[in-house]
Amino acid sequence: MTRRTYQSVTVGEVIGPVNYPVTRAMLVSYANASGDQNPIHQDEEFAKSVGLPGLIAHGMFTMATAARALTDFAGDPGAIVEYGTRFTKPVIVPDNVEVALEVSGLVAEKLPDRQVRIDLQVTCAGVKVLGLTRAIVALA
Amino acid sequence: MLSPDFVGREYPGVGTHEIHQSSIVAFARAINDENPAYYDLISAQELGYPNLVAPPTYLITIALGESERALSDPALGLDWSRVVHGDQRFTHHRPVFAGDILSCHTTIEAIKSVAGNDFLTTRSDFVDLAGVHVASTWSILVVRGAS
Repeated sequence: MTRRTYQSVTVGEVIGPVNYPVTRAMLVSYANASGDQNPIHQDEEFAKSVGLPGLIAHGMFTMATAARALTDFAGDPGAIVEYGTRFTKPVIVPDNVEVALEVSGLVAEKLPDRQVRIDLQVTCAGVKVLGLTRAIVALA
Repeated sequence: MLSPDFVGREYPGVGTHEIHQSSIVAFARAINDENPAYYDLISAQELGYPNLVAPPTYLITIALGESERALSDPALGLDWSRVVHGDQRFTHHRPVFAGDILSCHTTIEAIKSVAGNDFLTTRSDFVDLAGVHVASTWSILVVRGAS
């Protein structure tokens, strides 16, 4: 792994897009690893019974997946100083179908202390699923 | 409607949380991230870290349980069946590593009502054994109004 240097980055640099798969099996793993066992992420009937369009991914699964674009860019998973998002639309995950999260980023600003602001766009099947997704990343 | 009396209430965490290598590995696997610094001590040390690094959103695994406990007081009036996750934000003063022993202190920062929905903001502050503030995470839960 090579750390990205602050000097090598220019404002306007584009990251990705990168596609990350999402399956129901992944959501079961995420539920077990994170402790979030809300049945809307594992039980389609239950999800529909509370008014959702289908079984949906954990918002935090989507947020964690999108962060891979940041840590891969920085070459350092400890480089993410700030990271925030809104959850704008659910990621619907049908049975036996792999859906993809498409993540792209833009270096929006160079900040003091070798930090940069990166704005992410995250869509699933063309629908924007995260909003105002921003990170401050410390580079080498 | 959530009780606005709860704004500003603080909930010291229950005990401390030791970050185990196995927990970081399980979380990294669950997000399908093969970054070697999550699995391999040598790779983490090459980046200058003392142990495996936790992924950027890893602390949600602790914040979730602690904030659920904090929000469980029936007087708050939170109906979990109407909750959707609105917003999440993390600030790291340093990365989290395997071997860290962290406390998690939860604060209810804000309760607002907009267009029939309630917005509940909680902050979870993580402090290490040396008393150093390692990270904070903010969560906004949206409680959909009764339709």
